[in-house]
Parts: sequence; structure tokens; C-alpha cells
Amino acid sequence: MSTNQTTRKLTELAKTIRSKNAGVDKITFDIIFRDRDNYELVKNSGSLTREAICALYGIEDKRISDFVEFDPAFAIKFTIYRDRPSGSAGDPDIFGAQQYAPLLGLDISIPGN
Amino acid sequence: MESTKIICPNGHLGFAPLKTTSFRIGVEAKPDFIACDSGSDDVGPGPLGSDTSTSPLTWQTHDLEEMLLAARELGVPMLIGSAGDTGTNSRVDLFVSIIQDIAKKHNLPKFKIGYFYSEVEKEYLRAKMKSGTLVNGLDGRPELTDSQLDATDRIVAMAGVHPFLELLDQGADVIIGGRSSDSAIFAAAALSRGHSEPDAYYLGKVLECASFCAEPYGGKETVMGEVKSGEVLVTAMSPEQKCTIASVAGHAMYERSNPFHEFVAGGMLDMTNCNYEQASEKTTRITGQEFFPAEEFRVKLEGAGKNGERFIGIAGIRDPYTIKNVDKVIDWAKTQVRDKFGDNGYELHYNVYGKNGVMGDLEPIKEHSSHELCVVVQAVAPTEEIAEEICMTGTRQMFYARLEDVKGTAGSVSFVLDEVVKASPAYVWTLNHTVAVDDALELFPTHMTEGGI
Repeated sequence: MSTNQTTRKLTELAKTIRSKNAGVDKITFDIIFRDRDNYELVKNSGSLTREAICALYGIEDKRISDFVEFDPAFAIKFTIYRDRPSGSAGDPDIFGAQQYAPLLGLDISIPGN
Repeated sequence: MESTKIICPNGHLGFAPLKTTSFRIGVEAKPDFIACDSGSDDVGPGPLGSDTSTSPLTWQTHDLEEMLLAARELGVPMLIGSAGDTGTNSRVDLFVSIIQDIAKKHNLPKFKIGYFYSEVEKEYLRAKMKSGTLVNGLDGRPELTDSQLDATDRIVAMAGVHPFLELLDQGADVIIGGRSSDSAIFAAAALSRGHSEPDAYYLGKVLECASFCAEPYGGKETVMGEVKSGEVLVTAMSPEQKCTIASVAGHAMYERSNPFHEFVAGGMLDMTNCNYEQASEKTTRITGQEFFPAEEFRVKLEGAGKNGERFIGIAGIRDPYTIKNVDKVIDWAKTQVRDKFGDNGYELHYNVYGKNGVMGDLEPIKEHSSHELCVVVQAVAPTEEIAEEICMTGTRQMFYARLEDVKGTAGSVSFVLDEVVKASPAYVWTLNHTVAVDDALELFPTHMTEGGI
């Protein structure tokens, strides 16, 4: 690992960061990059992993149903189980559309030159 | 084999109106079919449970009118799936009657309207379960139990291509479908013209959300899919949009946990080896898709059940000490409710905006620093009277919360209304399951009628 490593926020590197229902029992998160360079940078950073997601959202690994690196779209996506089906009384986000916000500020380790 | 062109003007007919400029550009390209889907489980369990639409009738009629007039002028079939948000029988009947009214209004020559239902009787499933057939849970849910079935008000099954194909075979000019897999609507059209399953299902997958597969972002614009032997081409019809490799590949993962596999009744579309190429400025070409038929024919079921009547209360907090102790304020109010109504037989929820109102337990920021909070109280109970009283107690008792060192002793919260408000009844998704069937049309009876004069 380089000694002059820096960090950047995920929001500075990604084109799209979003969340949305995937069926009634899950919420899926998409992080999409404009080009291969930023995609590979984040993919290889070790900063956006299942462990990082668990730490960020305060959940156990078993809440994550899928974690996928999707090369054709330069995208990293993961999906979590909801704690109750969408639209149940008390569910604060029935479309799951605002759950991505904490990802914006996620620190991504960047190797120095 | 000749190519087949399909245009899709809307990813959820009725939810917001289609944009007419790009739709008419699509119609001028002389498509072989005009098709779209009108349903979603995003709207929550309420519409299915209460058998209502969340889309306004005027917007539903607007899009059906645009599509019907174009389809009859071109003389090509028009296909709609998941009528009226939920695809229940009443929504199918509603759409059939809208089509007939539009035809009458415009003096359209006679045409055939095919339609199919997809509601499932509870007793049908109970009989299956009694005979030892399991109704398997999806997404980590357990097998369906009798008590879960008892708690369900309405069930729809998710149709694949089969009822659409059946009605196209019978010569339908317009098809109004019950609940359907989005992709199956378009796939059925392509299959009816002899295209392969991988191409047909991929075409359906890419067209289902209309312009969500194009960029820049903009909903409700028409896209055109064309299927030829071994390849699918998708083109944005809006002058402002293009279908790029990134936008088309990116759409494969929208609203789904796995971007490689799409399950439909009867099989699975595998996009793992898809190859995307920019065919021209607005068009992307896709090859390499595969389709694997299922060994057992299983159909997805959606069910919703009523939890009770619901009231909402709203309270604000500005005192920093009270903000810091908001959990104690809520505990006080909950205790007052518990003292009168006990622990069970109702639900009482607090969403605290300014703290974690949007994310609940998923909120990473545990120490909030807001200068004001808004608390939304929801009470659900078997009758309106009880729900109202629980909500009123749970809201108004925040006003009387007893905090040790509070300076303001005349009221702990602010009210924008000194009342609680009746909301829609609370429903819950009781079924997200699959059931095996012997006949692909078993749950989807087809019918034919007429429109026009």
C-alpha cells in the first residue's frame, strides 16, 4: 500500500448513487460510474465492500442479499432485506428511494502516485 | 426472418402521463406493436388490498386514448399488462370499458379486445396446500401458512407470456392484461412473430420501463425496441435522449437485486454474457442473451391484507432539552396508550423527522443536532373509533410529557392541527410467494369482446 494514500468521497467519484425497492421485501442500491477508471478505482479500493456497507448502515451481513460488481454498466450494486415489507404502517420510505444518502459521504481510499 | 418493432411509451401507464412528442415520433416509425405495462408493487399494498388504483382515471384514459388511436390507425396490436396499477379483475374491467368508451367517442371501426384475469381465490391456494403443494416464499419468506392466508384480502398471480400469446393467436387487436411480468408483455409480441426466446425476453426486459433505458434521465418518453435474428436494438425516440451502452446496461440492474437474471413464469432470462454495442447515435445493439426454461412451472403471487383503520397525528418540538429527550417524550405517550389499550391489538408508530424519520434504524447518524423536530404519529386499530383515540392519545400525550428539568411547563410539543387525521387503512404485503401449476393458463382465464362500431 502506498504511503501517500488519500481518500475521496464516493459522491465525487460516482455518476449515480441511488436506492429503490427491489420487490416488496428488499431495497437495492446502485453506484454507477461514468467511466471504467473511476469504477476500477472504487472496485479495487477495498472501501466499498459488504463489510463497509454493514458498518455504514449498522446491519449484519445476513441483511445483505446480493453484492454485485457489474462491469458492463461500470456499476457496483448491493441489496438489503427490509425489516418489514414496503408500505407497512410505520415504513418511512415506501419506495426505498432515500436510503442511499449515507453512501454519498463514504470515504474511498485512493493510492497515491 | 423479418424484424419486429415495438414501441413502449410509458413504464407505468397512469402513474404519470406519457409524453406525446416522442410517442408520435415512435408511431411514425411504424412499429408492429404498441405496448406497455400499467402496474407496480412500488405503490404499496393498499391499492391491491382495497382494490383501487393509485393512478388518476384521467391519466389512465389519456395514455390509453393516445395508444389506441395510434394502434388502430396503424392497424397493429396494442398490449397492456397489469391494468390499473394492480392488475385485479376490477382494474381489467375498468380498462376494457375505457377502451370501449374511447372507441365510441372516436367512431373507430369494430375491433377485437382480448382480456385476461389474474386474481387468485384464497380457497384455490388452500386446496393446493391441503393436497401437499407448497406455496414457497420469495426473498427469504417462509412457506405460506393458513394463518397468513387468512390475513390476506386479495391475491394476484403474475402472468408470463402465455395469456398474451393465447389472445394474439385468437386475433385480439387490443389486449388488457391482469397482473403480468413487465417483460412478458413485449416478449409475447416478439414470440408471436416467431422470434427466439432469448431475443424476445431481452427485448421485453429492456423496453419495460420505457425511457429509463435512455439518457439523459427523463421518464415517460417513448423508446423503440427492434428484434432481428440474434440481436436486439433499442432506440430513444425523444429528440433529447439516446440509448447508450451505459444507459441500456445500467437499466438491466434497475429495481432488481441481480442484474444478470430475470425470472418469469416459465423460465429465466440470463444476461450474464450480454454484449452491448453502440449501433448508431441513439441506438444500442445487444447480443449474447440466453433463456433457460424452468423445470417446474411456478407462478409468482402477490397478496395484501388489511391491518386496520389508520389515523395520523403531527407534532413539532423546538425546546433543545425536549429535542434531546424526544425518546422519553415518546415513551411517555406510548405508556399512556398502553395503560388504556394494553400491549396488543393495535399498532403505534413514531417517525421522528430531524432525528431518523427517513431511515429509521438504518440511519448512521445517531446523535442528531437539529434545532427542531417533527414527529408523525400513526395508529392502526380494528375500528376507526379506536384508531382515532389511540392516535389522539399517542399525539396529545406528547404535549403532557413529564421531563424532569424542562423549563417550559405549558406544553412539550407544538401542533399545526389540534386533531388527528384519518388516513387510508393500513395494509401489508402478506404474499410474495410462488405456486406450481400444471397448465400455464390455469390462473389466467382469457376472454374476448369487441370495441368500436
